[in-house]
Amino acid sequence: MNKVTNVELIGDVVVISTEGYLNKDLGDEIQNAAKEHISNGINKVLINLERSNIVNSIGASILIELIEELQESNGSLSFCSLVPIIEKTFKIMGLTKYCKSYPSQAIAIKEMS
Amino acid sequence: MSKKPTVELKLPILKNMELVATQTAEVVAKHMNLSDEKSGEISMALIEACINAFEHSESKSEVYIHFLIDDKNLIIKVIDKGKGFDESKVKIPKIESKINTDERKRGWGLMLIKELMDSVDFESDHTGTTLTMIKKK
Repeated sequence: MNKVTNVELIGDVVVISTEGYLNKDLGDEIQNAAKEHISNGINKVLINLERSNIVNSIGASILIELIEELQESNGSLSFCSLVPIIEKTFKIMGLTKYCKSYPSQAIAIKEMS
Repeated sequence: MSKKPTVELKLPILKNMELVATQTAEVVAKHMNLSDEKSGEISMALIEACINAFEHSESKSEVYIHFLIDDKNLIIKVIDKGKGFDESKVKIPKIESKINTDERKRGWGLMLIKELMDSVDFESDHTGTTLTMIKKK
């Protein structure tokens, strides 16, 4: 099963946690969860992919749309707890030029706050 | 000369069926004692190859995947009976061209496959495409 498992606001950062395959469906779910908070003025989004160990380029492409939406409000998209192959995929695609990646959620929150 | 041990899959074109291929790839990679890093790269390349075969080939029939195991390499063939494609017409994607522009955000599959595998080759015509990709041990 792939889904968003938790969405929570920690300080001024919305943390979206997932599990399973980051494909189009999960990408759309992440984007919708983020949009709800962006429309309320939140512009820092952290995606915790600790429990997602596989991705496809369609799911990753949806994150490019999210980067664009956040840029419109001077915001930022970050990731944490990426498994090596997802980290490598994001790097090949160039997502890491626009997003920071942190080893854990705790470190990410500390750095982003 | 002995025939290479081969695992063959026939996948229907159904949602997320590429994960069947990655699960098989993981078993094959383990059998070959490939590192976790290489196993992940194979799975990722295979996902993209399957998506290309499922979506872009417009094939109506199944997609075939052959894993050929030898001492030095894992050779994977992804075969569809779709409309074929001209590799020279596939644009190399760049994120700078996709962010804040009207350019479609997708189109990364071929690039990822080439980056993640050691060798990639295509045979394609109007009757279908065979993608052959190799990961060295």
